[in-house]
Amino acid sequence: MLEASGLTYIAYILAALLFILALAGLSKQETAKFGCYSGMVGMVIALLATFSKISAGAIGITIVAMLIGAAVGLYVARKVAMTQMPELIACLHSFVGLAAVLVGYNTYIELGVMPEDMIAEMQLNGELGIHLVEIFLGVFIGAVTFTGSIIAYGKLNGTYKLAIFKSAPLMIPFCHWVNLAAIVVSFLLMLVFVGGGAEASAFPLVLMTIIALAFGVNLVVAIGGADMPVVISMLNSYSGWAAVASGFMLDNDLLIVTGALVGSSGAILSYIMCEAMNRSFISVIAGGFGNAPTNTEEKDYGEYRELKCNEVAELLKNSSSVIIAPGYGMAVAQAQNAVATLTEKLQARGITVRFAIHPVAGRLPGHMNVLLAEAKVPYDIVLEMDEINDDFENTDVVLVIGANDTVNPAAAEDPTSPIAGMPVLEVWKAKNVVVFKRSMNPGYAGVQNPLFYKENSAMCFGDAKKTVEEIVADI
Amino acid sequence: MLIGIPKESLHGEARVAATPDTVTKLLKLGFEVAVQSKAGAEASFDDAAYSAVGAKIVKPREVWNSDIIFKVNAPNDDEIGYMKEGQVLVSFIQPAQHKELVDKLNAKKVTVMAMDMVPRISRAQSMDALSSTANISGYRAVVEAAHAFGRFFTGQVTAAGKVPPAKVLVIGAGVAGLAAIGTAHSLGAVVRAFDTREVVADQIKSMGGEFLRLDYVEEGKDSSDGYAKVMSEGYIKAEMELFAKQCQEVDIIITTAAIPGKKSPVLLTKEMVDTMKSGSVIVDMAAAGGGNCQYTEPGKVITTPNGVKVIGYTDLASRLPAQSSQLYSTNLVNLAKLLCKNKDGQINIDFEDVVLRNMTVTKDGEVTFPPPQISVSAAPAPKSAEAPKKIEHRKVSPKLKAACVVLGLLCFLLVGLYAPAKFLPHFTVFVLAVVVGYYVVWNVTHSLHTPLMSVTNAISGIIVVGAMEQITKSGLVGVGILAFIGTLIASINIFGGFAVTRRMLGMFRKQGN
Repeated sequence: MLEASGLTYIAYILAALLFILALAGLSKQETAKFGCYSGMVGMVIALLATFSKISAGAIGITIVAMLIGAAVGLYVARKVAMTQMPELIACLHSFVGLAAVLVGYNTYIELGVMPEDMIAEMQLNGELGIHLVEIFLGVFIGAVTFTGSIIAYGKLNGTYKLAIFKSAPLMIPFCHWVNLAAIVVSFLLMLVFVGGGAEASAFPLVLMTIIALAFGVNLVVAIGGADMPVVISMLNSYSGWAAVASGFMLDNDLLIVTGALVGSSGAILSYIMCEAMNRSFISVIAGGFGNAPTNTEEKDYGEYRELKCNEVAELLKNSSSVIIAPGYGMAVAQAQNAVATLTEKLQARGITVRFAIHPVAGRLPGHMNVLLAEAKVPYDIVLEMDEINDDFENTDVVLVIGANDTVNPAAAEDPTSPIAGMPVLEVWKAKNVVVFKRSMNPGYAGVQNPLFYKENSAMCFGDAKKTVEEIVADI
Repeated sequence: MLIGIPKESLHGEARVAATPDTVTKLLKLGFEVAVQSKAGAEASFDDAAYSAVGAKIVKPREVWNSDIIFKVNAPNDDEIGYMKEGQVLVSFIQPAQHKELVDKLNAKKVTVMAMDMVPRISRAQSMDALSSTANISGYRAVVEAAHAFGRFFTGQVTAAGKVPPAKVLVIGAGVAGLAAIGTAHSLGAVVRAFDTREVVADQIKSMGGEFLRLDYVEEGKDSSDGYAKVMSEGYIKAEMELFAKQCQEVDIIITTAAIPGKKSPVLLTKEMVDTMKSGSVIVDMAAAGGGNCQYTEPGKVITTPNGVKVIGYTDLASRLPAQSSQLYSTNLVNLAKLLCKNKDGQINIDFEDVVLRNMTVTKDGEVTFPPPQISVSAAPAPKSAEAPKKIEHRKVSPKLKAACVVLGLLCFLLVGLYAPAKFLPHFTVFVLAVVVGYYVVWNVTHSLHTPLMSVTNAISGIIVVGAMEQITKSGLVGVGILAFIGTLIASINIFGGFAVTRRMLGMFRKQGN
């Protein structure tokens, strides 16, 4: 229980304001950098104020810890490929979760060595009970965030062989009941823990931590690939709430404000993602897409047409407007640079080129935008679904690169389809559609895509990067 | 397979089911084409033009030996006599009205596909011969009206005096109606149009017409089969009043209200027509079904006692034979494409395909008419299927909303009652921060969502503040170690998060920069 002096208090308020500015700055491309800087300044102020609070002897060791952290952080930030952003973000979420768990345990241990009279006073004010609740909740949310994010990281990375890191949803029997039981048991443990008062034993806390860790795993393994953007934003939100709980624990308003900002940001992003898939938040969290393979009956969609790279190049040369609809496949194939070169070549020929981004394209909200920005595609030709959906009709060629479910006409035309009602890019309205794909396998949702069999669409098989490069060479 | 194109036998019919242009397309699909000598003569396509593109010119009887017959009108009894088992006939049939014809063809075990049975779905639009024919008829109706009308269409101020523009009323804004509106408008007339379907108002406007509205409100005007629905008595009364009033104002009326398989509704009574100015013209495009005007005599032009000309031609499309042949035969080519997906000249009447199922009247000695009901589109069907689903997610029932509000208030109340005084300021800060976060984050543009996440990652590293304070505070080694680890990993978040955000934002650039 530190008494913040007036000056540190003001410093914290300043930092909180700067964090709000940081998020506000991100509302527009023009002010985004300013936002990032104000976040940094806020962080510096907050850290300086905290340094002034801790004892002189601790400063050295604190600085060592921070330097190591900074070195690792900066190294990773420099090295990470933009296609790996989802993993990095999941990884960072897990750190926040772990830190929240550690802070929670520390607070608990400190409580044990507190002078008797202080505890007695807290008990008198009724503060002790709520303090224990705070510790308990902080550890719970932190632990769930921690393991959940690690699983998400593994799923996104995709190189680990473990079953829990497979990107397809893994449902253990009675999954939902197990989850419910975990919550109920944790709640009962909390009552036991808080009931212990000044002598609150560590046992319920440790037991709950183990349950929460398992809960985090179970929560995320059940969710499949296409839902990953929602999972990531949900974990983002959790990490925020974990910080809030720590803030209550430590009587620190800055933590509360920051945590609340992060928490609501993550929650809103999850909501936006769900909206983009026309699915309810609950059904995504409970695990959905992959585990409803009921509608995979073999339907004859007719035959598809295949185009060779030089034919696609010919088609592009003779068009006046082109829209590119990228998806996760572009990220996997690292094709963004080739696509950017293609864009430049076409623009040089006086052809209008634009990009159509579905809200859930990729594995992270806004993932495609970042990839295209990395490849130096100007952001003003990268448009959102709502901005561009009406323009497909007047477009000569649409190149679908590694997208599948987000361009599936079944969502709009077939009410029985598992993805019915999901807003999609209406690429099939264009005069020609060329789909870049490795094979005829269905996309993440496991739904066959009638787009491939439409008369105005053609397939271009192969690794997206290679085929796009070949087309560039042909133009 | 061999496609035969006979000469139309119906009196006055000038159209033909294939033009040299579409013969080329049929040959490309792998078919052979035999054209009866002089089949296209009336539509200005001579035999030489057909043989030049690769069609065989054959004698009248011979053409009926082909595997597939493309025709405009249903065959007459003689022609049915020429047909043989296993042949496929594609033409206008109107199976609902011509049961005998269907039975005769079925007795011959001929497979019959009716071009008038193409369902009105988007996919089948390219085969919709009724629409393509209606378009031509609408145009021709105006031309016929202009011919019979003793004045200009357009208004002019000349040295010889002022000429007022002709006023045209088009009843029914289907394909034919819209074509008529466009044609009359481009000739300079003032065009008004009426339709029971409110949705066509914009289409009428876009063709240059003024949409006449009724004050009467009726629900569910759009039927699912793409045609206007039968209206209630009250509506019809209001409608008739409108027409009666318009009759006194307009110079030309074009009616298009034909209901497939039924008698056309009477929209213009004799009394109404009698109030029209002498010299006015009525073109009744529904004449084949009895006519929308009581004076109408199908196939004839009559003049009423007060000098109004009522044109009841039933062959308007045939009066532009070259054009209608071209469009109709293109419809047939599109059907051929659907029948012959492999482009090998073999056809497959696949009953899984709703378009083909709907068109097929008889197959292999069985009458397959009427086809099973399919959901056809007046408003695009997929949308109606999708719309309710979306709402399902978004609409939170007011009860649930109220419950949430009550629950929230209850929570606040509990907090106020039991929470210690020290807790409350923090709680205030928390609630306000959530609200601020909510508004700030909604403004973030979609393309910056990834940077948003990495920034929030970085600032959630603020948890370091907690860990830092704990490093030495208690003096316990265990706490110190945990706090050290906490500080370390939170620092990774702070530095890593900001650095990667900066890197990402550096990449976004505007065109030209």
